[in-house]
Amino acid sequence: MLSRVADSIYWLNRYVERAENVARFVDTNINLILDSPSGVFQQWEPLVLTTGDQEIFREQYQDQATAENVIQFLSFDSKYSNSILSCLRFARENARSVREIISSEMWEQINEFYMMVNDASQYHSLSDMHGFFREVKMSSHLFAGLMDATMSHNEGWHFGQIGRFLERADKTSRILDVKYYFLLPSVNDVGTTVDELQWMALLKSASAYEMYRKCEHRISPMGVAEFLILDREFSRSIQFCLLEVGRSLHEITGTPAGSWQNPVERALGRLRAELGYITIEEIMAMGLHEFLNQLQEQMNEVGEKIFETFFALKPLPDKSPLMLQKQ
Amino acid sequence: MKFDTYNPGDFYDELFADKGQPRPAAQLLIEKINSLPSGELERRQQAAQNALLKLGATFNVYSDGAGTERIFPFDIIPRIISALEWELLERGLKQRIAALNAFIADIYGPQKIITDRKIPTELLASAKGFLQPCVGLQPPGGVWCHITGTDLVRDKDGQVYVLEDNLRCPSGISYVLENRRVMKSCFPELFGRMGIKPVDDYSSHLLETLLNLAPPNLPDPRVVVLTPGMYNSAYFEHSFLAQQMGVELVEGRDLVVADGYLQMRTTKGLQRVDVVYRRIDDDFIDPLVFRKDSLLGVPGLMEVYRSGRVAIANALGTGVADDKVIYAYVPEMIRYYLGEDPILANVPTYLCCDDKHREHVLANLDKLVVKAANESGGYGMLVGPHATPEEREEFAHRIEKNPRNYIAQPTLCLSRVPTIVEDEFEGCHVDLRPYILYGKEIYVHPGGLTRVALKRGSLVVNSSQGGGSKDTWVLQNSSPI
Repeated sequence: MLSRVADSIYWLNRYVERAENVARFVDTNINLILDSPSGVFQQWEPLVLTTGDQEIFREQYQDQATAENVIQFLSFDSKYSNSILSCLRFARENARSVREIISSEMWEQINEFYMMVNDASQYHSLSDMHGFFREVKMSSHLFAGLMDATMSHNEGWHFGQIGRFLERADKTSRILDVKYYFLLPSVNDVGTTVDELQWMALLKSASAYEMYRKCEHRISPMGVAEFLILDREFSRSIQFCLLEVGRSLHEITGTPAGSWQNPVERALGRLRAELGYITIEEIMAMGLHEFLNQLQEQMNEVGEKIFETFFALKPLPDKSPLMLQKQ
Repeated sequence: MKFDTYNPGDFYDELFADKGQPRPAAQLLIEKINSLPSGELERRQQAAQNALLKLGATFNVYSDGAGTERIFPFDIIPRIISALEWELLERGLKQRIAALNAFIADIYGPQKIITDRKIPTELLASAKGFLQPCVGLQPPGGVWCHITGTDLVRDKDGQVYVLEDNLRCPSGISYVLENRRVMKSCFPELFGRMGIKPVDDYSSHLLETLLNLAPPNLPDPRVVVLTPGMYNSAYFEHSFLAQQMGVELVEGRDLVVADGYLQMRTTKGLQRVDVVYRRIDDDFIDPLVFRKDSLLGVPGLMEVYRSGRVAIANALGTGVADDKVIYAYVPEMIRYYLGEDPILANVPTYLCCDDKHREHVLANLDKLVVKAANESGGYGMLVGPHATPEEREEFAHRIEKNPRNYIAQPTLCLSRVPTIVEDEFEGCHVDLRPYILYGKEIYVHPGGLTRVALKRGSLVVNSSQGGGSKDTWVLQNSSPI
C-alpha cells in the first residue's frame, strides 16, 4: 500500500474521531449549564483547555470565554484547524485523495457529513446546538460503521483503525485531565450535588455514564478515573483504545503479539505493558495529572513513530512554493 | 415533450435530415421519445442528472478559485453515428495516428521529414512541445502516442474535420463510461433493438495497452496512473481509471528514483514501478530535466526512462504534435510517411508566421477563429464573429508581436443535436472526441465523448467554458446515412 494512501486513511479517521469528540464535550457542557443553579457553573474555559489550543483562542477571541465564543471557536471557526468544521474539511480532503481505495459508501457519507456541518456553520442558532452535536456524533458512528461493513479489513482499514483509536485515547485522556484538574480543587463542592453533576457530565461526554453505572454503581473521582483509563471492555477507555491500536498494528506488520520489530511496536508495546499492570491507586499516588501528561507524551511518541515507520520512508526534500499545472 | 415542433433550421443536425424527418439511424430513438407519456422524458433527464451527481463525476475549474468541483452537465438525447459513417471515421483516425506516430519517431530520430523539406526546420525548433532531451529516445515497440483523443467537428455542409489532435494527456473518457452507464438505465428498451456498440471494455483495452509496454520477461509488471493530485481538473478521471484498472493512483511525491529504477513509497518499503500512465504534462515530469519548479514530477525519472527501465505513456515529447502549427502539416505527414491520401480533412488553417497568411488573417479577423498554437481547453482563443472590436484589436497586436504562436481558421458552423433546454428541444452545437489506443496495433474506441455547447448559440464546447456532454451511440449494423 502506498505510504501516502495509508497516511490519508489514518488521518481521515483521526479527523472524524476528533470532530466527534469535540461535539461530545461541547454538548455535555451545554447540558451541564442547563442543570446548574445560575451563577454556580458557567465554565466555558475548561473546554478550551481540553483542546490544548488556549493560545489560539486567546488571540482570536480576546480571551472572552463566553458560551457563544467557545461554541463558535470549537464548532465552526474555519481558521482554527481543530474545529469541527475544519476537521470535516480535512477528513473530506483526505477521503477525496483516496477515493479509489475506500468504498464509495464511505466517500459519499463523508461528503454528506461535511456538507451538513458546512450548512450548519452558516445557519446555526445557539438554541439548537444540541441537535447539531447529536448529528455530528451519529454521522461519525455511521462513518465508522460503513467503514467496518463496506471496506475490506485490509491494510488500509487497519491504518484507519489505528488513527481512530489513537485519537480517541488521546481525547479521553484530555477530557479526564482537564475536568479532573478543574473539578477537584473546589474543596467546598466535594460531595455536593454540584460535584456529583460534574462527574456525571464528565462520564457522559465520553458516553461512559451508563456503562460506568453498571460496573461501579457509586460515582467517585477515583472510580471514574479508573473506568476511563483502565477498563478493558469499555470502548472509549484508554486501555481499550490502545489494545485496538496494537491489534491493528500487528495485523499490518505480521509481528507476533507481545514482540516487536520496529520502533512503533516497541513504543506501543511498552506503553501497553505499563497500562496493563498499573493500578488506580498507583496512578493516584503518582498524581493523576502527572500520569496523564506522561501518557499523552507516550501516545504522541507512538504517533510520531507511525509516521516515521510507515509514511515517511525518507525525509522529503525541501519544497519550493507549489506549482499547479493547467492542462 | 415531443419532436413535432423541433426545427433543425439552417444547420446540419445529427439526428434530423429536415423538420419532421429523422435520419435513418435516429428513427427508432425519435419514435421512442415521441411515444413517451408527457413528463416522462423530463423525469428520465432528472434521474440521469441525479445519478451522475451521486457518483460524484465532477471536474475542477481553475478560474473559480482553489479547486471548485462541478458536475459535468449531461443531456440524455444521444448523438447517433451510423455504422457506415463510423467505419470511415475509424479508418481515418487509424491512418492519422499512424502518421503522427511516424512523425514523432522521425523528428526525435533521423528527422527525414526536415531533410526532405516537407516541414521547415525553424517551425520544429520553435514548437513549444519539442523537447530536446527526448532526441534519440526509443520507446518500446516504436510507439509514442499510446492514448490519443482527437477532436472532430462537422461543418454545415456535413463535412467532418479534425479540429485538433491531443497527444499529451487527453481527458474525458471517464465521462463516456459514466454517461453510458446512466443512459442504459434511461433507455433500456433501445439498447437491445438498435444494436449500439458497447463501450465498457475501455479499461481492459487501456490496461492491455499499458501492460504491453512493460519491459519484457517481467512476470507481473506494475502499472500506475500518475496524477498531478486532487486539485487537477481531471482528478476524478484519474482516480476512476486507476480504480477500473485495479492499479495504484500515484502522485509525484509517492515516487522516487532509487537504484536506477523508478520506485514507489509503500508501507512495506520501496517497490518498483514498470509502467507509468502519466496524466502530467511533459514539462512537469522531471524537474532535473524540464521545469525546475515542478513539484508534480519525479527527479531523475527521465534518466530511468532513457535507460528503458520504465515505460511511460504517452511517451515524453509527443506534445510537439499538439502545436497547432504542426497540426497544419498532418495531411502532408500522411502523404509523406504512409503514401496515402488523408481520409479525414484538416480544417483549413492559416499560419500567422507566413506573411501572406498573416495579412489575410489580420484583414479578416471578424470572420476567423484565432487560436494560440499551444493552448488547450478553449483558453487563448478569439472567435472573430462573436468578439468585440476591442478584443479583435488586442488579438491583432498579439499576432503581430508573436506570429509563430497563432493560427487562424474559418469559423465553422458546428453541427447540432437536439438538446433539452428549459423543457424544450433546442439544437445545440456539438463536437466529438474519439479515443484511440496504440498498443500492439491501433484501436479506436467506438464513439467517444460528444461535447455540447449548452449556452444558447455558443460554439465553445469545453467543459471549462460551460459545455456539457451527451452519450455517443455507434450503431453496429449498416444503414444508409
